[in-house]
Amino acid sequence: MANVRLDGVYKIYPDGTRAVDDLSLDIAEGELLVLVGPSGCGKTTALRMVAGLEEISRGTVAIGERTVNRVSARDRDVAMVFQSYALYPHLSVRDNIAFGLQLRSMPKAEIAERVAKAAATLGLTDHLDRKPRNLSGGQRQRVAMGRAIVRNPQAFLMDEPLSNLDAKLRVQMRAEISRIQRDLGVTTVYVTHDQVEAMTLGDRVAVMKKGVLQQVAPPQELYERPVNLFVAGFIGSPAMNLLQGRLEGDGDGAVLHLGDQALGVPHALLDERPALRGYLGRDIAVGIRPEDMEDADLEGAGGASGGAAVLASTADLVEALGAELLVHFVLSAPPVVTDDTRELARDAGADEGEVPGEGTVIAKFSPRSRVAEGAPVRIRVDTGRLYFFDPESGAGIWGEPGDADPREVGDD
Amino acid sequence: MSDDAAATAPPDARPDPPPEPDGGEGAPRRSAASRAAALLGSGAVQVLLVLIALFWLVPTLGLFVSSLRTPADNAASGWWTALARPAELTLANYAGLLDNPVFVGSFWNTVLITVPSTLLIVVIASLAGYALAWMEFPGRDWLFLGVVALLVVPIQVALVPIAQLYGGAGIYGSIVGVVLFHVGFGLPFAIFLLRNFFAAIPRDLLEAARMDGGKELTIFRRVILPLGGPAIASLTIFQFLWVWNDLLVALVFADAANQPMTKALQAEMRQFGANIDVISSGAFISMVVPLVVFFAFQRYFVQGVMAGAVK
Repeated sequence: MANVRLDGVYKIYPDGTRAVDDLSLDIAEGELLVLVGPSGCGKTTALRMVAGLEEISRGTVAIGERTVNRVSARDRDVAMVFQSYALYPHLSVRDNIAFGLQLRSMPKAEIAERVAKAAATLGLTDHLDRKPRNLSGGQRQRVAMGRAIVRNPQAFLMDEPLSNLDAKLRVQMRAEISRIQRDLGVTTVYVTHDQVEAMTLGDRVAVMKKGVLQQVAPPQELYERPVNLFVAGFIGSPAMNLLQGRLEGDGDGAVLHLGDQALGVPHALLDERPALRGYLGRDIAVGIRPEDMEDADLEGAGGASGGAAVLASTADLVEALGAELLVHFVLSAPPVVTDDTRELARDAGADEGEVPGEGTVIAKFSPRSRVAEGAPVRIRVDTGRLYFFDPESGAGIWGEPGDADPREVGDD
Repeated sequence: MSDDAAATAPPDARPDPPPEPDGGEGAPRRSAASRAAALLGSGAVQVLLVLIALFWLVPTLGLFVSSLRTPADNAASGWWTALARPAELTLANYAGLLDNPVFVGSFWNTVLITVPSTLLIVVIASLAGYALAWMEFPGRDWLFLGVVALLVVPIQVALVPIAQLYGGAGIYGSIVGVVLFHVGFGLPFAIFLLRNFFAAIPRDLLEAARMDGGKELTIFRRVILPLGGPAIASLTIFQFLWVWNDLLVALVFADAANQPMTKALQAEMRQFGANIDVISSGAFISMVVPLVVFFAFQRYFVQGVMAGAVK
């Protein structure tokens, strides 16, 4: 086991495209780091550079004490789980798992012992003599895992290992990967485009956009303190609602104008994020998480802030998910349009550059709510949990002025 | 020809299986094709195909029966008359062949030419096919294009220059010369075939093997060769057949001591008749060996070798 360090790593293709742009990461021994981002953000390329399957254009990759830029994949002592599993179709499950050990000419007895152990860990003992074509998707995935763990490598590299499984199996395998990784304590880099997977698996999560690392943080911190609009919009499901607002001073506190409505911003929040004071009297991008909203007419939902934290609108659509209601409504505030939100919209499947219509907001209500489609709805907002971003750069507004991440300003 | 006609045509009218629509008929082309495809599954077509296959076997049967008759019988009546009088059949022609030193020598020459030619082509082409498909080196794609370009060189343009070259090298007339010629002209197609087959193996599989610690030669031996089985088997069969049945190269490059069966049998043809006893039995033996090779390699034709590899 070893740590994995990427230092100023670039992947530049001959046509000048930067698939990975100045990526620096330090993955501690035994840590599970998730690389997450929309498709084409360079996360798989970064992983393949660690694996040795992709040339490193600039920068260094080190595994343990050793810089591996010029070390071939077979000598890096890392194991990879491929998205497609890449099982050898002509070999039995046993030989698939043992292949890497056989190539390293390990004694037969030890191979058999290790394969048996890996198979037991993965529940494959009964299938060792079958061929991959006779296995189900979940079993194939396990064999791919088995091939990695049997080698006792310095690090695991996993490239969207669950994306070919159906939803139920994915949840199950997710837990299993987490358990195995924790038991073995092997340093792991895990690539996924699924932010739920990222949040549940990662000790830390690295969010990438267009080859550029946006933020590396433990999942909860990523959720609570996103450095910019992109991370804020990418992490969380349903996604954070992003609106264009205006912040006005109001004595000690402030008032946030969203179109023709207003929310009181508590004094405590301004103290906590002093940089916000610099935005008084200016436009600002506001993020409200669906789970920070509740039906204001619901018994027991009342808070101290009274009417100052309530928005009014009409419920366009109510999706009942059993444990919660997703209520869609429109506020007259314009949506935020920056590079980040365009990228998010593209990831969500909208046409190039198109941003979802004017101020559609999704709120997560308790199922006890009586809200009905087409009826007026009053929404109580937990104003202590509002997110603010610079409307130009998209950087999150948290600490001191100038503390905001300036990287996005000149981003090409 | 409408597809109805195809289904009912007498077997000798059109020996091909029927489903090709003629085209140019216009509108119902797609439905005609699909109806023909549906017909293929039906019993009538199965019967038709069996009839065509039997019809196709008639010359072979004729050769076989002729080889079992004495020269006098063959001269007196057609081979089919023997079907009514099986008593006149004899193995004398085959016994005669074994005592014929020219024929036995030419049989061994054929083996000595065909086996090394086939082996060399398959070994070199599979190594080259792997390199051209999966190894990174400068000029790789140009090299492959060059190999493809060689496919169109007709064998005839090389006969005279190679003969001169062999003369200078002192291998004109020898088995080595014939083998080298076959290898040289077999390789472009063999490389082309195997390279394309290997290139269709999922990239992930090779990368997995690399991550598992495989060196190029190990990956070639333990992943590529097993997965390339069907392509290598068909190449082996093709190549074996072509070299085994070759007459032109043998006529030009093999002298009398090194002549293969084809050339020896051809020498039995005379202007006013032929030594039917030698030709029929010799030709039949020369047909049987490729059949044995075909059936020996047939088991490598496995459907779905790649099943279960990815996804």
